[in-house]
Amino acid sequence: MQAETFKYDNRTVRDFTVATIFWGVIGLLVGVLVASQLVFPDWNVASWLTFGRLRALHTNGAIFAFVGNAIFAGVYYSLQRLLKTRMASDLLSRIHFWGWQLIIVSAVITLPLGLTSSKEYAELEWPIDIAIALVWVIFGVNMFWTILKRRERHLYVAIWFYIATFVTVAVLHIVNNLELPVGAFKSYSIFAGVQDALVQWWYGHNAVAFFLTTPVLGLMYYFVPKAANRPVYSYRLSIVHFWALIFIYIWAGPHHLLYTSLPAWAQSLGTVFSIMLIFPSWGGMINGLLTLRGAWDKVRDSAVLKFFVVAITAYGMSTLEGPLLSLKNLNAIAHYTDWIPAHVHIGTLGWNGFMIFGMIYWMMPKLYRTSLFSEKLANAHFWIGTLGILLWALPMYVSGFTQSLMWKEFNPDGTLVYGNFLETVTQLMPLYALRAIGGTLYVTGMLIMVVNIVRTVRSGSFQAEEEDSALPLEATEAGHKGEHWHRWIERKPVQLMVWATVAILIGGIIEIVPTIMVKSNIPTIESVKPYTALELEGRDLYIREGCNACHSQMVRPFRSEVARYGEYSKAGEFVYDHPFLWGSKRTGPDLHRVGGKYPHSWHYNHMIEPTSMSPGSIMPTYEWLATSALDTTSTKAKLRAMASLGVPYTQGYIDSAHFYMQQQANAIASELMEQMEDVEVSPNEEMVALIAYLQRLGTDIKAQPENNETALK
Amino acid sequence: MLKYIKHNMETIDGVEIFPIISFLIFFTLFVGVLVYVIRKDKKSIEEVSLLPLDNTNNHSHEERK
Repeated sequence: MQAETFKYDNRTVRDFTVATIFWGVIGLLVGVLVASQLVFPDWNVASWLTFGRLRALHTNGAIFAFVGNAIFAGVYYSLQRLLKTRMASDLLSRIHFWGWQLIIVSAVITLPLGLTSSKEYAELEWPIDIAIALVWVIFGVNMFWTILKRRERHLYVAIWFYIATFVTVAVLHIVNNLELPVGAFKSYSIFAGVQDALVQWWYGHNAVAFFLTTPVLGLMYYFVPKAANRPVYSYRLSIVHFWALIFIYIWAGPHHLLYTSLPAWAQSLGTVFSIMLIFPSWGGMINGLLTLRGAWDKVRDSAVLKFFVVAITAYGMSTLEGPLLSLKNLNAIAHYTDWIPAHVHIGTLGWNGFMIFGMIYWMMPKLYRTSLFSEKLANAHFWIGTLGILLWALPMYVSGFTQSLMWKEFNPDGTLVYGNFLETVTQLMPLYALRAIGGTLYVTGMLIMVVNIVRTVRSGSFQAEEEDSALPLEATEAGHKGEHWHRWIERKPVQLMVWATVAILIGGIIEIVPTIMVKSNIPTIESVKPYTALELEGRDLYIREGCNACHSQMVRPFRSEVARYGEYSKAGEFVYDHPFLWGSKRTGPDLHRVGGKYPHSWHYNHMIEPTSMSPGSIMPTYEWLATSALDTTSTKAKLRAMASLGVPYTQGYIDSAHFYMQQQANAIASELMEQMEDVEVSPNEEMVALIAYLQRLGTDIKAQPENNETALK
Repeated sequence: MLKYIKHNMETIDGVEIFPIISFLIFFTLFVGVLVYVIRKDKKSIEEVSLLPLDNTNNHSHEERK
């Protein structure tokens, strides 16, 4: 049988690599900006440049633009070579590349405009969600088509990880973004409260698992052996690693919701499976590191291997830390504090970033048929980057413990030592400054990489089409008997996909289904009523400004929290919250019981200039809320959407929504003007709606059953 | 008051079986994979693990840079 000659498509690989570097620098610069805004609140210069809006841009940029493009670059490079074939369709590769960049651009435009669904790492609104699904499917089709026309019979383990990534991200993305559109860029999650929280963190956790971990593990299983020029330590271990990892990961989502109103059994399940996750994760780490057995001397000379070693070590550290944080006693300390960002950044900066840098330094010279311009610069990048990670994470560990200890410290007489939340914030300023410096160092390292790669590219010539040859599959299969050859081969990757899907669905179903059923089983709280039209509009402003990036709405059942905020939060209080807004981080205090705590004027002044009410506050100013008129054109559509999701708004209420809205706004505005004699307040400004919402928060359960006529007529 | 967060699921019949089922499913899968991996013959394991490295691939007819 004659060997066939074919060409690898290097152009797509190169383009994705360039996009990785480009968006990586931008996404992480936004990170440095938001980190600096916590130190210099003045840097929140305009509505579209406030922390609440930019934080989502940073997380989405780092995850989907930086790591996303890098995954695609690595997949397109390794898949072709592992399967001895060109990608199945150049057209699909092109559409995939440009489609993904368009999605990123649309995120860069919409997120600063405040167009967000508020669900972490899934903030993009529904039209973009659909685009993501389409482009993702195109990627999947291209990958499977390539697998089906391969010249290598075996599917190397890296490809298993790619397949699992494709299937799981598709499932997660679709389920978590089930939302009802009420406008071109506005939608409500079809889930509410506890259910929405569970679905969101099933997604959020597995976005980490199947976007930041499994595809990157695939890259590890390809590029580490390549760079070290020796096979993976144990291929057997990698098989166990794969199946155990994809199976267990999917169950661990509820560990993001410990001590919340989530059912206790789901919390326990999340904890148990999180602890079990240590074993496959460390199996993978050991497998990666031991691949370098007998080659450790090379690490001294090779920046690529240095990056890989630190990346795999960071993977091991964060996959031990994650399960430990899932223990309820540790979680009680760490949750809502800066410990969590520290944990996350060991993963993204260390594991993802350094795997990506190693891959780029290894791959780009090959694509340009040259050698790296400067190994010294790459080493400089390595050391500056490593220092950056340490300077980022260590202050945040200290900060996390400081916060937690201050939040929970009591005087002998039973009152909180730091009753004013702000004291626990100002304490952290030096640490926040150090973190911003750490981030700056990390980006500096990346800029050094840009120089190095540009010089490398200039010194070489790009090989868009790389020739190779291999025997067609029939030849290697010729001796086999029985089933017709192509059916047997085709079935294997398809089977693999089916089994991987089954593995991840089992966990998903057992976790999600009972909670879908929970709706009818949540203890109803008689006095909990839907938001009024004005409060609903205010809530949408809360979402637009990204308030949930810094404020939780979930008082956990701890003495320290009940003493600080009031009655702890109940599952039944969130039944009308589409989407839930529990938040995941307390840079500012919890707001679930803020309703009625302060007069309207306090909120008004606090929004205009936070330091006027809370000297030393690092919250951005929101003066535009007092100057822009509330857009009420889609109020009725919003109420109708909520009604169709099961929120009991009557037709009569919806029809007269504007009347009730005006009534409530007038009342608040006149109260405001009574309290602040020198200020003119229009009932139609956004501020009034936001105050209406804030004053309603968490107040329903305080209402006595006989006088709870407040909410809805 | 604790009833609000403690007993949400009790009205679902047999909810306590869920964690046990999950563990059993996982345990079976894990043992299955272990048995499969241990029984897989050494030669084919080695062959596949060498796939990323060009020089050992008998399908490849030329050295690539």
